Amino acid sequence: MMDFKYILLMRHELLLVLVAVIILIFDFLTDREKKNRLIPFSIYLFAGAMLVSFFPVKPGVLFGGSFQGNALTDFFKDILNLALLIVFMQSEGYLRKEENREKIAEYFVLLILTLVGMDYMVSSGDFLTFYVGLETASIPLAGLVAYDKFKSRSAEGGVKLILLSALSSGVLLFGLSLVYGATGSIYFSDIAKHITASPLIILGFIFFLSGMGFKISLVPFHLWTADVYEGAPMSITAYLSVVSKGAAVFILTIILYKVFKNITGLWETALYALAILTMTVGNLFAIRQNNIKRFLAFSSIAQAGFILVGIMGTGSLGMTSIVYFILIYVFTNLGAFGVASAIFNASGVETISGYNGLYKTNPRLSLIMMLSLFSLAGIPPVAGFFGKFFMFTSAGSKGYFILILIGVLNATISLYYYLMVVKAMFINKNDHPVPYFRSPNFLRFSLLLCSIALVFIGFAGGIFEYIMSVSHVLF
Amino acid sequence: MDFLNLFVIVPVLTMIGILFTKELKGARLVSAIGMGIQLVLAIFLVFYYLSVRGAGNLHEMILTTDYSWFPSLNIHYFIGVDGIAVAMIALTAIVIFAGVFASWEMEYLSREFFISLILLSTGVFGFFISLDLFTMFLFYELAVIPMYLLIGIWGSGPKEASAMKLTLMLMAGSALLLVGILGIYYHSAPNGGPHTFNILAISKIHIPLAAQRFFFPLTFVGFGILGALFPLHTWSPSGHASAPTAVSMLHAGVLMKLGAYGCFRVAIFLMPQAATQMAWIFIILTSISVVYGAFGAIMQKDLKFINAYSSVSHVGLILFALLMMNKIAMDGAILQMISHGLMTALFFALIGMIYGRTHTRDIREMGGLMKVIPFLGVMYMIAGFASLGLPGFSGFVAEMTIFVGAFKHSDLFHRVASVVVVSSIVITAVYILRVVGKLLLGPVQKEAHLHLKGASWYEKLSTTSLLIAIVGIGVLPLWLSDTILNSLQPIMEKLVAYLH
Repeated sequence: MMDFKYILLMRHELLLVLVAVIILIFDFLTDREKKNRLIPFSIYLFAGAMLVSFFPVKPGVLFGGSFQGNALTDFFKDILNLALLIVFMQSEGYLRKEENREKIAEYFVLLILTLVGMDYMVSSGDFLTFYVGLETASIPLAGLVAYDKFKSRSAEGGVKLILLSALSSGVLLFGLSLVYGATGSIYFSDIAKHITASPLIILGFIFFLSGMGFKISLVPFHLWTADVYEGAPMSITAYLSVVSKGAAVFILTIILYKVFKNITGLWETALYALAILTMTVGNLFAIRQNNIKRFLAFSSIAQAGFILVGIMGTGSLGMTSIVYFILIYVFTNLGAFGVASAIFNASGVETISGYNGLYKTNPRLSLIMMLSLFSLAGIPPVAGFFGKFFMFTSAGSKGYFILILIGVLNATISLYYYLMVVKAMFINKNDHPVPYFRSPNFLRFSLLLCSIALVFIGFAGGIFEYIMSVSHVLF
Repeated sequence: MDFLNLFVIVPVLTMIGILFTKELKGARLVSAIGMGIQLVLAIFLVFYYLSVRGAGNLHEMILTTDYSWFPSLNIHYFIGVDGIAVAMIALTAIVIFAGVFASWEMEYLSREFFISLILLSTGVFGFFISLDLFTMFLFYELAVIPMYLLIGIWGSGPKEASAMKLTLMLMAGSALLLVGILGIYYHSAPNGGPHTFNILAISKIHIPLAAQRFFFPLTFVGFGILGALFPLHTWSPSGHASAPTAVSMLHAGVLMKLGAYGCFRVAIFLMPQAATQMAWIFIILTSISVVYGAFGAIMQKDLKFINAYSSVSHVGLILFALLMMNKIAMDGAILQMISHGLMTALFFALIGMIYGRTHTRDIREMGGLMKVIPFLGVMYMIAGFASLGLPGFSGFVAEMTIFVGAFKHSDLFHRVASVVVVSSIVITAVYILRVVGKLLLGPVQKEAHLHLKGASWYEKLSTTSLLIAIVGIGVLPLWLSDTILNSLQPIMEKLVAYLH
């Protein structure tokens, strides 16, 4: 019989499944007219589950090494939980709309189930678990993107996501099968020992990286991103760009560091090129966007490029800077998306030119948006500066100064388009700006949380140090 | 002792205080009190510094405080000052104090204006007290947000474009700088051990020459952009012309010096060998800056543009002097930082005040203002004379020292460059005298200009505080000069090792 305490290693996943089941039961018991009650209920329930999963558990492995639980994965899952909680809080306005009343429970359940997949993927110790987690995470997402089923763009986005997701999974799986063929194992630790720069493994690695490239939307595998982000409901877009991307980046980093350690030089070359392409293309396309969702989509592509720069560092500094960046990125991007969805739900405006003169009518929202944008651009005192600085520091540890130079120049370009939004809100004149409105309370609370985090995370050096200390378990 | 922290804490408290005020009256009062305290602190710091040095304290930096911030990367919040930093802090305190009074009637979004202005100054104060490259860089970049907003929202003319251009160019500068800083960091432990951002620690080790050659130009150009190094000066004229008065004052007066200070404290001090080898490239560029800026000023019709180009020229002179790599020239460079900072702040303040009355900055449309607004007219004339480098004002001392230092070099290249640069004095005289003559003397050009309001008390306070400092340095230069020379000693010792 399996020892109970080992099961606790999976507490994040199990609690999430439990929450999903409870929500389904509650939905079943709720009257048709009172479905709105599900919203606060689910949010509180999820928050409760999140708090429970904070309890520390000794590190260990399950299922003969397929599932790994340690302080780093726990911390990362907590970040993902927190991110999803913020997404939930920001969905309130959207879910309260008349046309969504019938599908409130499904919204929560599907999102929670994707998170279960991601948590599982984050903890994976072999490629099979990894793949199962990845697919569990991807499939509900397609349904969520197509959530506005009567909007053609939303349906189009859903179809695009599911098709490209399937394609990229196929590519990924093919790569993994080659690696399996060459090394005879699916376990990370076994493969790592047998990895050599043989043609078969290199080929397998390229397919693997391409597949992951789709998930993280690296250039040139990014073409689905803007359409899907634009079509999906705002909070789903936020989820895709933060949680989904963050989890994929995390596991990619672990696999690169642990499994493909022996061919580090090779993957660094590949990432070098991908990082430059991703940053530059993401930035150049972001400049041209007027729709705020497409804008944030391309901005998140560019951010993925910066993350790759950080991965180049390897070692615990590389890992730490990635996790730290994602932590900050959660608050940053969700801050921006939160404001965007508040405005969209209140007035239907989702273009940047529609934000003209916003500061006059909604000063607080404008300020939070500005903080988030400056954090994305990496300007102090907001947290994004620290995230980006450590990312570049990480790459510097391997002496990639040219790459850093390209990276920081790209950050300068990115400042241009972030400033365009700031300019719209603060400087541009508008006779009919978005009128004053009061957002739902959950949304207000989530924005407060994001802005406090943005201002204080960087100055609290202890957070970085904590991540550094838990990252050591890997090495 | 944590005294220096007050220079960051006071502005932060002031900003928080402004949040609790309503409208213009409260905001400006709180700002004035906060910056008044800051000025008192700065003056106290100057006297404290002198007394400590007088008592025989020979530490390179005094009042150092060290908090570990990110221990795993050896990043510290490490602050401390030497004579140069003390002088720069005093300069900043005076300019921001005058700036608050120059913005006394800022009606539009006044609370936001004062908060941004003070946030900008927080970055500057923080920069000058930092002795850790990370902290320094953080404070340096802190100025970006408020700068864009200040020019973009409260500016005039093509303000959006100017603000964007200025912000992006300075950001590009700090991008180069970031690479430079990381490069220094990763070469700061040649004998193993943890890397460090600590400027004092780095100054004691020898960064490999190959690394210096790569990172020196990045760092120097990175800071140089803020110092309007030719050909990367283009943000300056449009930016300064569009900025509201107080921002032009602070920007031309202090921020451009911040660039020069950075070139000196980080680029030259930490990588002296590459600095010596590559100085010739930058000497050529700065010589162009000096002469080109001066000619540019001659051609302009707009008062702010004239002053902006003149700043390009004068700050170019500072960078030129730093690159001369000898004690006298560097002493002059620091004096010029202070002197030009005060002078140009006074100029921009006066231009703002004149513009507020005449509603034009085009010198062709103005004339005879001396009779109409005598106080401002006299002030303008004095600022002009100081800018010309007439004896009795700070400009004379600074420029004289620089040229004496420059002529210490006897080789042809330095001689030619020095002569070219010296010629700028004449060109400066041309544009200053032309403007003063056109603006203040002669007949009044417009009917409306016959009856303009005299200077109000806050305008007098703003300009007088700057003027006192200018005359003070002019009359008692040795006082400041000695402070600087003391602090230059360790830097020169390091440089001399590579020069001979």
